[in-house]
Amino acid sequence: MDANSVKERVRKFLLKHIKCSNLADDDDFFSKSFVNSLFAMALVLYVQDEFQLQVSDADLVIENFCSVNAITRFVVKKTSNGAL
Amino acid sequence: MNIDVIGVIGAGVMGTGVAQNLAQVGYSVVLVDRSERAVAAARNNITQALRFQSFFNKSERKETAAETLARIDFGTDPGNLSHAGCLIENVTENWEIKREVYTQLEAICGPECIFIVNTSAISITQVGSVTKRPDKVIGIHFMNPVPKKDTVELIRGYHTSDKTLEHAKQLLQRMQKNWVLVNDSPGFVSNRVLMLTINEAIFLLQENIASPEDVDRVFKSCFGHPMGPLETADLIGVDTILYSLEVLYNSFNDPKFRPCPLLKKMVDAGLWGRKSGRGFYSYEAN
Repeated sequence: MDANSVKERVRKFLLKHIKCSNLADDDDFFSKSFVNSLFAMALVLYVQDEFQLQVSDADLVIENFCSVNAITRFVVKKTSNGAL
Repeated sequence: MNIDVIGVIGAGVMGTGVAQNLAQVGYSVVLVDRSERAVAAARNNITQALRFQSFFNKSERKETAAETLARIDFGTDPGNLSHAGCLIENVTENWEIKREVYTQLEAICGPECIFIVNTSAISITQVGSVTKRPDKVIGIHFMNPVPKKDTVELIRGYHTSDKTLEHAKQLLQRMQKNWVLVNDSPGFVSNRVLMLTINEAIFLLQENIASPEDVDRVFKSCFGHPMGPLETADLIGVDTILYSLEVLYNSFNDPKFRPCPLLKKMVDAGLWGRKSGRGFYSYEAN
């Protein structure tokens, strides 16, 4: 899957839920406290639905979901493994 | 009767959190709700929550979600509670519903079984009065989300014995909770103050004094509270706010606890907060 298109879709979702005007691609929005743990669940469900992939228990670590770039890397990796 | 088996009654937001927390610290749990749909939703929510338990810290993963889940027996038959050494009841904050549940539990449970009332408003002494074991009835006001909140209000009813209090403290220690021990009074400390604050915040919306965002911002930015009263109401459940205010109003017969008409309208409209997707804020994905 094309990384730029993934990035654009992820960014659109995040900006709808994060009250932040300048979110850089590498900003860790969990450590910057824009969001809480309830948001983590919504984000993972979004990634599963939007990109039609399965997030396994082992994938459920903050490193895969903490920034626009992290999520994009994760989605590209999962979908290029034949999951899509 | 087995003291390592805990019955959890009610599979709503609180009962689900209590069951998950108990299973995570090694208790065998019997979770009972009269609604099959609620039981199925509880199983799904606990499964999801357990999958996320090590999201922020990998080292917290002690066992798999399946191993923890296997310690919870989900069902709709209250008869399954007969061998529990202790019950934690989490049904709706409505006295008539609670009374009916305790009458039923009294007939099912062994005479030594301790009844823990998880309530944010209802008098523990009043619950004790409809059982034949008022010395074994005690209140714990768990906070939401239960597995993540480390402190509870522990409420001693008029007849609660020292032994029961000690048992509740041991249970809380194992659940890794701290407690604040208070005497019995409707709403205890927390909700007698919080419910009035939330109700007044809703009056502010009704009177167009400020938006929900601005009301909450005053508490967060000016007072340094982590959440404002309306966000808190959405997290607790807008319907639960109404039930709690009604309990306070009926208990004290004091008009200062009268629920705001806008609150009643929101409950009738199904705007119950996070659990229904909309309350003072929207939580719908799209």
